[in-house]
Amino acid sequence: MQTFTDAIQFLGDNLQLIWDKTVEHLLLSGAAIGVAILIAIPVGVWLGHLHRGSFLAINVSNVGRALPSLAVISIGLGVLGVGFLNVMVALVILAAPVMLTNAYVAVEQVDKDAVQAARAMGMQPRQVLLNVELPLALPLMFAGIRTAAVYVVATATLAALAGGGGLGDIIVNQPTYGPEGVVAGSIAIAVLAFATEGAFALLQRAVTPRGLRKRGEQVLLEPTITPVTNP
Amino acid sequence: MTALLAQQGPVIPEFERGSDCVRENGQFCFDWFVDNFGDVFAPRLVEHIELTAIAVAIGFAISFAAALTAYAYGKLETPFAIFMAFLYTIPSLAFFQLMVPITGLTVTSAEIALVSYTLLILFRNIITGLREVPEDAREAARAMGLTQWQLLWRVELPLALPAIMAGIRIATVTIISLATVAAYIGVGGLGQPIFNAIQSGFKTQFVAAGLLAVLLALVVDGLLVLVQRGLAPWMRATRA
Repeated sequence: MQTFTDAIQFLGDNLQLIWDKTVEHLLLSGAAIGVAILIAIPVGVWLGHLHRGSFLAINVSNVGRALPSLAVISIGLGVLGVGFLNVMVALVILAAPVMLTNAYVAVEQVDKDAVQAARAMGMQPRQVLLNVELPLALPLMFAGIRTAAVYVVATATLAALAGGGGLGDIIVNQPTYGPEGVVAGSIAIAVLAFATEGAFALLQRAVTPRGLRKRGEQVLLEPTITPVTNP
Repeated sequence: MTALLAQQGPVIPEFERGSDCVRENGQFCFDWFVDNFGDVFAPRLVEHIELTAIAVAIGFAISFAAALTAYAYGKLETPFAIFMAFLYTIPSLAFFQLMVPITGLTVTSAEIALVSYTLLILFRNIITGLREVPEDAREAARAMGLTQWQLLWRVELPLALPAIMAGIRIATVTIISLATVAAYIGVGGLGQPIFNAIQSGFKTQFVAAGLLAVLLALVVDGLLVLVQRGLAPWMRATRA
């Protein structure tokens, strides 16, 4: 308990340090999430649109989930060396699979009637994708991005071990900052993870088409770690 | 701190008798890996499996008891879940360190943290599995005169098995991942060669230890899928 109150004290006394490390942490996580979105979402959407490659699209996240984060960073250290780039690449590898699977499932399971109605109205495949499938797929797609984003923010802590900076720097520097620093760093990371979760939940709500809002709200309440009944 | 050491340049082990690849610190020196697998990696691999197995076993015992209690007394579910979610949000690097003043640089410290991380995943899946048992099956069982206890063990738990196994699978790969971080407090496992490589900057060791951990996770994940199918053969039809 003593350590905990000391940690609150620490947070108050080192606002500048916490702020700097938080910015580093967010830059690293943001870059990784951005790159992962650019890679995973187009591939997932495209496969879902074509209704092809389900085995690949679904199993990639099973493999992704199994990848030990520190091991991926370690391989990166061997191949790319110490620093920002290595950690970012590792985080992209860890984040992209969940996004890809969710994007695939989101587009793939769009109501077939809606797609057929759109075709009957004379829409081109491109229009079907952009005007019908994507809007209907957005909530589930964002659920994947949200899960991945929270995972990235939490895992970016390990970046400190590989010279990537961020709030993990405070946690691994117990000799300098003491146990209260470790607790303070953990609190900062937990708060950041919750804030990420909240921000993406709002974003998810914002992109949910009005007609889907009711269902969208259920998705909102859905916890990040959903139990997988039948993976 | 440790990362800074790596930046100061690599310290290559066994400088004189290493191959060209080792002396030049190549990205992956297969010869060194083969020569050192028995000494450097095999014991760490065994430790890693032990760390994981103990954590999942204890974690399962606790969350199984908690889930059955919460299933019987619904009011307890939320407090349990909140407590477990709290444990789950503690960054692993911090959790291991924070246990050290209490239980020392021991396997116990590592296991307390690892067990804590399994709870939320297992608890959620067990309780969701029990909830999703069809009401018809429950009613039929009651109509056949099964007691509450028989209903649980003969109907509900078997039907919840796929969800429970899925939970065990997610928990196990999660713990394999987190157990690499446990080496930070010196309890061995495949994280140990990774942290040694952070000190020495020896690339082959980074890549080899990382690949072994990835391989271990994928193999165990695959094995658990097979176990899951073996235990719940009726799920196979619905999978396809």
